[in-house]
Amino acid sequence: MNYIKTVLAVLALAAAACSAYAQEQFIPAIDYRVGPYAAGGSGFFGGAIDYMTLVNMNGGINGVKLIWEECETEYNATRGVECYERLKKAHGGMSLVEPLSTGIAYGLLDRVGQDKIPMTTLGYGRSDAADGRVFPYVFPLITSYWSQAAAMIKYLGEKAGGLDKLKGKKIVHLYHDSAFGKEPIPVFEAFAKQLGFELIKIPVAHPGLEQQAQWLQIRQAKPDYVILWGWGVMNATALKSAQRNGFPREKILGVWWAGSEEDVIPAGAAAKGYTTMTFNTPGNYPLLDEIRKKVYGAGKGNLEDKARIGSVYHMRGITAAVLWVEAIRRAQDKFGKGKVMTSEQVRWGFENLNVDDARLKALGAVGMMPTVKTSCLDHEGSGATKVQQWDGAKWKSISPNWLTGDKAMIRKMVEESAAKYAAEKKITPRDCSKEG
Amino acid sequence: MQFFFEVLIAGLLSGVMYSLVALGYVLIYKASGVFNFAQGAMVFFAALTAVGLHDLGLSLWVAVPLTMAVMVVLGLVTERIVLRPLVAQPEITLFMATIGLSFFIEGLAQAIWGANVRGLDLGIDDVPLEWLLDHANMAISQFDLIAAAIAAAMVAALAIFFSKTKIGRALRAVADDHQAALSVGIPLHHVWGVVWAVAGFVALVSGLLWGARNGVQFSLTFLALKALPVLILGGFTSVPGAIVGGLIIGASEKLAEVFLGPYVGGGIDGWFPYVLALLFLLVRPEGLFGEKIIRRI
Repeated sequence: MNYIKTVLAVLALAAAACSAYAQEQFIPAIDYRVGPYAAGGSGFFGGAIDYMTLVNMNGGINGVKLIWEECETEYNATRGVECYERLKKAHGGMSLVEPLSTGIAYGLLDRVGQDKIPMTTLGYGRSDAADGRVFPYVFPLITSYWSQAAAMIKYLGEKAGGLDKLKGKKIVHLYHDSAFGKEPIPVFEAFAKQLGFELIKIPVAHPGLEQQAQWLQIRQAKPDYVILWGWGVMNATALKSAQRNGFPREKILGVWWAGSEEDVIPAGAAAKGYTTMTFNTPGNYPLLDEIRKKVYGAGKGNLEDKARIGSVYHMRGITAAVLWVEAIRRAQDKFGKGKVMTSEQVRWGFENLNVDDARLKALGAVGMMPTVKTSCLDHEGSGATKVQQWDGAKWKSISPNWLTGDKAMIRKMVEESAAKYAAEKKITPRDCSKEG
Repeated sequence: MQFFFEVLIAGLLSGVMYSLVALGYVLIYKASGVFNFAQGAMVFFAALTAVGLHDLGLSLWVAVPLTMAVMVVLGLVTERIVLRPLVAQPEITLFMATIGLSFFIEGLAQAIWGANVRGLDLGIDDVPLEWLLDHANMAISQFDLIAAAIAAAMVAALAIFFSKTKIGRALRAVADDHQAALSVGIPLHHVWGVVWAVAGFVALVSGLLWGARNGVQFSLTFLALKALPVLILGGFTSVPGAIVGGLIIGASEKLAEVFLGPYVGGGIDGWFPYVLALLFLLVRPEGLFGEKIIRRI
C-alpha cells in the first residue's frame, strides 16, 4: 500500500512539475556584468529583468510566466556564441535571443536562421537586417545605425537652419576603428554628396584611451560639427580631449552608444552641453514608477544601485523587454492565449508587432519609446529617434518630436545591401505577399 | 611648423603618462626578472579603491593614503602567496603566475567596488593653458603639464632609491640572480615585499592621474598596451629608460597619426608604437638603457 502511495505521489509531483514547466516561457540573458563594458550590460539586462519580473508579478503573459537564465560573455563574441549554444535548448528552448553586442550578433546571424530562433538587435548590428525578406530571424527593432545616421544629418541640418545650409560645412566623423564605427560611413558619404558638406573621417584605434592626435587634427580642420561614433572609454576620453583642445561640446553629436550616464560621468564637467541620439526620451514614466513600487518595493529589483533606475541603459533594457513581451503576447493572440509559444511563433509575433500609442499608454510608457509597427518587409518597425543633451547632472530631451531621417533613401540602401548579402549567401528572399 | 610643434609637445606629454604606467613594470622586473602582467590590473584596482573609498564619504586626502595602505598589503600578500613559493623557478613560471594574478585582481576590484564607471576629480582642470593658446595658438593641457611634473618627481625619487639606498642595491642584486643574492645574505622576501609595495604606489599614482583623465573604469587595465612598447624601447630594467621610452613612443605615435595616418586611413597610433619597438628590437634588443646580458658558454 505504501509503495502504491509513493508511486502516486511521485506521479503527481511529476505532473505538477510538467504543468509548471508548460506555463513558462524561457528568455536567455546573454549578458556582460564584468569587464570593460559591464556598466552598459548590467544596466541593460538589469532593465530587461526588472520588466520581466514586473510582468510575472502582474500574472505573466495571459498566465504564462517568463523565466530567464544569465550567461556571462564579458562582451566576448566567442563566449557569446558558447552561451547561445548552451542555452538554446535549456528550459524547453529559448524563445528569442538579444546579445547586445554587434560581434556576438554577427556570430549568431547564421545560427539563429538554422535554429529558427528570432534575434533582436535594438539599435545595433547589421542595418540591412531590416529587410525581413532576407533576414527572417533578425530584428533590428526601433532604429538601425543607418536610420540613426540619417536622423543625425537631419538634426544637424535643422540646427544649421535647413538641410541646404549644410552645403560647404565641415562634419567630422570620429569613429571607433571597427565594423561598428564604419557602419554609418556609406550613409554619411551619400548625404555628403547629396547635400554638399565635407565629411572628414577620423578613426580612433581600440580602446581609445588616448585621442590627442585625433583632436589636434579636429582643431586643425575647424569643423562645424563632430559626430562621435564611440563605445566604452572612447566616449569619455573624446569629451575630455575636446575640452583640452577647446572644442565646444555643444557641437558634438554622439551615437546612442555614446549617450549614457556611464559615458558622461567619467568626463565630469567636460561633458556639459554634449548631445547624443537616443531612442528613449529621458524622464520619468508610470512604468518606471510601477517597477520602483512593485519590483524594488518587494526587494526583487535587479540593479544594486537604485539610483540607476530610469538611467539610459536601464530604460533601454526595459524597452527591449517590452518588445519581447509584446511579441509573445501578439503570438499568443494568433496561436493560443495562455500557451507557451515556440520560437517560430515568437518570430511571427516580432514580425507582426504593433506597439501603438494606445498600447504604450496601457503600459505606462507613452513617450518613453517610439511606436513600433513591423512587417515581413520591415523588421525595424520605426526608425524614429530623439536628441538628448547632458546638462551636467542629467540627460534632457532637446527634440520635442520623434525624428526620422530620409527613410526612402535608407530603405533603398537597406534593400541593395540585403540583396547583395542574399546573393553572396545564396538566399532566396521571401515573398512577403505570401506571409500570413 | 607651429602645428608640428603642437603635435610634438602633446605627444611628449602623453608619453610621460605612458611612462608612469611603464615604471611599475620596471620596478617588478628589476626585482624579480619577470614581466608583471598584473601591473595594468593593479592600476585599475588602485584607482577603483581610491575612488570607491572617496564615494563612501572619505575625502581624497584620507582615501588616497588608505588606498596606499591597501596596495602595500596587496603587494606583501602577493609576495607571500604567489612569489615566495616560486623562488628559483624559471622566469616563465613567474610570468604565468602574474597572468593569473592579473585576472584575480581585476575580479577582486569589481567584486568589491562593482563594475560601474566612475568619475574622479583631483581638482586639476584639464583645459588648455590660456596664455599659450592666446600667444602661440597651441592647446597644451595644464593637467598634462602637472602630470609630467609628478612623473619627473617620482622618477627622481626612484632613481635615488635604487642607487643610494641599501634596499635599492639589494634589489639590483636580487634582479641579477635570486640564488646568488640569497647566498650572500640578502633577504629576498623582504626585498620583493618592498618592491611590490613600491610598484603598488606607482600603480596608485598612475591610476589616479589616468582615472582623472578618462574616468575610473575597467579600461584602465588596457594601459598595459601603451606601456609595453615603452618598455621594449627603454629597456625593462631602467627607470630613466621608461621615461625616455615613453617620450619617444608618445611623440612618434602622435606625429605618425597626424602626418602619416591620413595617407593610410588613420587609426595607426594603436599599432605604430609596436612597429617602432619591433624595429628597435632588431638593432638593440636590450632597449635604450637596458642591461646588456653576456653569458659565457
